Amino acid sequence: MQIQLNGEPRDLAADLTVAELIATLGLSGRRIAVELNEDIVPKSAHESVRLSEGDRVEIVHAIGGG
Amino acid sequence: MTDIFQDQPLQIAGYRFASRLLVGTGKYKDFDETAEAIAASGAEVVTFAVRRTNLGQEVGEPNLLDAVPPERFTLLPNTAGCYTAKDAVRTCKLARELLDGHRLVKLEVLGDDSTLYPNVVETLKAAEELIADGFDVMVYTSDDPIVARELERLGCCAIMPLGSLIGSGHGIQNPHNIRLIIEQAGVPVLVDAGIGTASDAAMAMELGCDGVLMNSAIAHARQPVLMASAMKKAVEAGREAFLAGRMPRRQSADPSSPFAGRING
Repeated sequence: MQIQLNGEPRDLAADLTVAELIATLGLSGRRIAVELNEDIVPKSAHESVRLSEGDRVEIVHAIGGG
Repeated sequence: MTDIFQDQPLQIAGYRFASRLLVGTGKYKDFDETAEAIAASGAEVVTFAVRRTNLGQEVGEPNLLDAVPPERFTLLPNTAGCYTAKDAVRTCKLARELLDGHRLVKLEVLGDDSTLYPNVVETLKAAEELIADGFDVMVYTSDDPIVARELERLGCCAIMPLGSLIGSGHGIQNPHNIRLIIEQAGVPVLVDAGIGTASDAAMAMELGCDGVLMNSAIAHARQPVLMASAMKKAVEAGREAFLAGRMPRRQSADPSSPFAGRING
């Protein structure tokens, strides 16, 4: 399936959970936040929420700013 | 000698801060310099931005939150780079998730990218929505006292008018407006944006601001850590001068040494 990940198309195995996506990206354990189709996916739901074709996923972190 | 003066803490949304200088984390050479400058500034509140994670990045790449641990500082996520209320609200929700339910945010909704001037229409909309969702909103705004009053009425926990354009270093362009905002406000007022050097920060505090928020003035100084130390002193000096109350201005001179008893008298 294909999703939009941080604004870019990305091909993934079907039915991946958010936690599995994070692991695939090597981001497990990092301080990040995830949004799926403009709704927050809380950390507590990363294991249970599954991605579908066409989903728009944002993964963000803290950077320097004023 | 004991301290002659013990200030009241700066109180924002239930937090109490001894330092009235709040600092950003942008534009530093690296995270070591960021951490050193923040330490020299004495700031307890530290702002940061929320951005897409670079998915190509090396695992184990340093993270800002390691340099500025949430356990030691009160972090203030900002909505810099947002041009609509919708994007600002999304960004605050991401920040709340990132910081495990943290509610204090710095709202800024910008009008265009050449001035970075606040879009107050979108700012008002976002403030209302965020407050309804339980956020504590410190709001970056223009130095318009009517807009400031409206933001306070909506429930913002601090009003943060610009001194001049973000990153310009032009200091406080309209001290009269800042004073009008301070005089009417029932919540803390902090100058956010425009500070160029220590005297600008002192001026903000002498006007009666409750605090000052800055980033570029420290990060873009030739020696950021030294400037951070200067800003700490300037904010403290300006605060004490405000509380002490300046002498009246006079049209004519007034000698400090008595006239009586002069040898040529």
